Amino acid sequence: MSDTAAQPRSDADESDDASADAAATDEPTDPDHEQAAGPVSTGAESVVAALEAAGAKTAFGVQGGAIMPVYDALYDSSIRHVTMAHEQGAAHAADAYGVVAGEPGLCMATSGPGATNLVTGIADADMDSDAMLALTGQVPTEFVGNDAFQETDTVGVTRPITKHNYFAGGADTVGDTVGEAFELSRAGRPGPTLVDLPKDVTQDETDRTPGPATPPAGTDPDPNADADAVEEAARAIESAERPVCLFGGGVIKADASDEARTFARSFDIPVTTTMPGIGSFPEDDELSLSWAGMHGTGYANLAITHTDCLIAVGTRFDDRLTGGIDTFAPEAEVIHVDIDPAEISKNVHADYPLIGDAGRVLDQLTVAVREAPSTEAWRERCAEWKETYPLTYATPDDEPLKPQFVVEAFDEATDDDTIVTTGVGQHQMWASQFWTYSEPRTWVSSHGLGTMGYGVPAAVGARVAADTMGEEDRDVVCFDGDGSFLMTMQELSVAVREELDVTIAVLNNEYIGMVRQWQDAFYEGRHMASDYTWMPEFDKLAEAFGALGLRVDDYDEVAPAVEEALDYEGPAVIDFHVDPEENVLPMVPSGGANGKFAAAEDQL
Amino acid sequence: MSGDAADADGDSRTTPEADSRPLPGEQPGPDEREHPEGRRNLEGIRIDPVLEAEHESRRAVISALVEDEPGVLARVSGLVSRRQFNIESLTVGPTTVDGHSRITMVVEETDPGIDQIEKQMAKLKPVISVGEVAGDANTSELVLLKVEADDPAAVHAVSEMYDGRTVDAGPETITVELTGDKASIDNAIGAFERFGIVEIARTGPTALARGDTPTAPGEKPGTAGEPTTHDD
Repeated sequence: MSDTAAQPRSDADESDDASADAAATDEPTDPDHEQAAGPVSTGAESVVAALEAAGAKTAFGVQGGAIMPVYDALYDSSIRHVTMAHEQGAAHAADAYGVVAGEPGLCMATSGPGATNLVTGIADADMDSDAMLALTGQVPTEFVGNDAFQETDTVGVTRPITKHNYFAGGADTVGDTVGEAFELSRAGRPGPTLVDLPKDVTQDETDRTPGPATPPAGTDPDPNADADAVEEAARAIESAERPVCLFGGGVIKADASDEARTFARSFDIPVTTTMPGIGSFPEDDELSLSWAGMHGTGYANLAITHTDCLIAVGTRFDDRLTGGIDTFAPEAEVIHVDIDPAEISKNVHADYPLIGDAGRVLDQLTVAVREAPSTEAWRERCAEWKETYPLTYATPDDEPLKPQFVVEAFDEATDDDTIVTTGVGQHQMWASQFWTYSEPRTWVSSHGLGTMGYGVPAAVGARVAADTMGEEDRDVVCFDGDGSFLMTMQELSVAVREELDVTIAVLNNEYIGMVRQWQDAFYEGRHMASDYTWMPEFDKLAEAFGALGLRVDDYDEVAPAVEEALDYEGPAVIDFHVDPEENVLPMVPSGGANGKFAAAEDQL
Repeated sequence: MSGDAADADGDSRTTPEADSRPLPGEQPGPDEREHPEGRRNLEGIRIDPVLEAEHESRRAVISALVEDEPGVLARVSGLVSRRQFNIESLTVGPTTVDGHSRITMVVEETDPGIDQIEKQMAKLKPVISVGEVAGDANTSELVLLKVEADDPAAVHAVSEMYDGRTVDAGPETITVELTGDKASIDNAIGAFERFGIVEIARTGPTALARGDTPTAPGEKPGTAGEPTTHDD
């Protein structure tokens, strides 16, 4: 925030040219104050001017009392507002928009329930380090603390799930605050920020146009890692016998996929990714071992288990990746590249910490490694694991349609740049396992928070982002579960209204399937509250929304339905009735050793 | 899409019998695989079988220079509770720089835990600089102690022994003010216990580094009154 806002005009530097110009044209603004946008008359206009100046093109939100002044200011704005059915949908749509577009997503809600409905989406963005700005209305400042109508302590509620949040202090400064919050969300390690906007602040008059937005001091770290540390890490890579790259979501957020590919290919180092890192390295590359973790490939988990040098980039070593920490890469020297120093040695000790931007540090390493490690024998071993533990599934004639088959059918029918969104559960795992990803920002999912219901609003946000970038030809496919779909399917109405070309594939097994799988494995098959045989007919429901609705029960219906849905210009829902008993495999039981994954149910 | 795993072999999932790859049930189980011997401890550090050193927790004083904005204390205390750091005390007070405050925290943590507290604190936007105060720093705490006034002369004697000051004396109770480091305060409280302690209020320690050493890294000693900038 600019400190000059409160400065009386007479204190300004008299010799300043801008000051003279301002005086000459009788501009009623602070002469020291650099303007980033056109004239404004209210706090709300200043908010919108700041967003426009920061480059925001799209907002997702829901109207309401306390946020009305800001919406009113959007009336004349170039920013496209997409009204969502529920604020949670607005937050997820903004999150997914940001992932696809590579810039902060923007969501808006009113005070009280509007703000609390955003909370799940903000927490989701926080766990996945997604850049997003949430703007919430608030009761007028004089009512704050009185338990006024639709009052919630939004700053208090969202404090632990935002990178930083702000309570706007006045009409003169609110634009600068919003600009700073927008920039902060993408500075360094990205994450959600929030500005709470009391109605008096947005309604009050101001003629002060917001200045150029910058992140707060100290929040935009040096992108380069310490040169000596890079050299030490390079020596460790050169002498490694069984090195493995582990590319995380940070590689994608840093737009470092090119650098990651160059690095791995320059030295023939096998590559695994985390789930958020899917797309950072092409899964059909010879060096790719796909992704590691609880439901990652057996070969990725074996490589991680046996490596002597783990080159981890942009990952926070989540427990779903590491399994039991005692058995995680137990023989590896760990090189950890991350922009956030707090991630270094948080969960897994880093022998070679490299603090910096993923792309820059990978470039530094590519230069610093003088002699490639000899990895031929190691790569052969990895290739053997690939042959021994492929991702496969049986398709017996007497069993219902397998969900994995549906994922493969969609993959086959679409181009490499297709964006996949998901809910959370079994369908999410199959969508990540049986689709071959090759490009960053094509896999849009809820990882850290594991938010059921993410898929449909994320598809809305992803579609809008692709259209905004002029990429109308890309397909957007949402894989959802019956349980996940039921949580946010109201956003289908938005897709219909906005004529968004998305295809939603519900892998309907009439269970909250991942829970059912765990109940079978760990709770003696006691299906408490996991039986979802009460699901509505999703194809008819889709038709009622005004979307195309299809239902598929058999293998031979899959390809024609996929084709029809993809060809349909607008939202389409296919209700795939799949095998309720199918399990996600391989599986590392929670807290177990990655190398001891169960390839089949009877190994659990 | 041609990258499909099945397509790579020229097979199609529609004819699964043509796929020679092993199905999950045909793949070796965990017992049939080789497993490494190595292990990590709970802090993710590889255990060296020769030199196995577990981290013991210790008492550390963390000092942070913060911007005195609304909610800064809530941000710091929220962080401490959310990440389950063991905290003994937390004090906050203004500095000579307008808009800056100093927070002093005493924590009981392992070395990696202390490292995490510092790094997580540093990520909070209002935190200007933060670090552990060197072991030889001056730490001091203020205590107000109310004891029963049955034997005023004896109370006075003990108070003198610990450099205390009587701030209130009534017919029923005497209130004594004490300052000092943790050990001397603990000793003094022990000595007052025999009079019957009615109430006690402790501020928790505050600390300043000795000599030219900055109390929190990036702070410039001797520049009080000048604005302190963020440490890049």
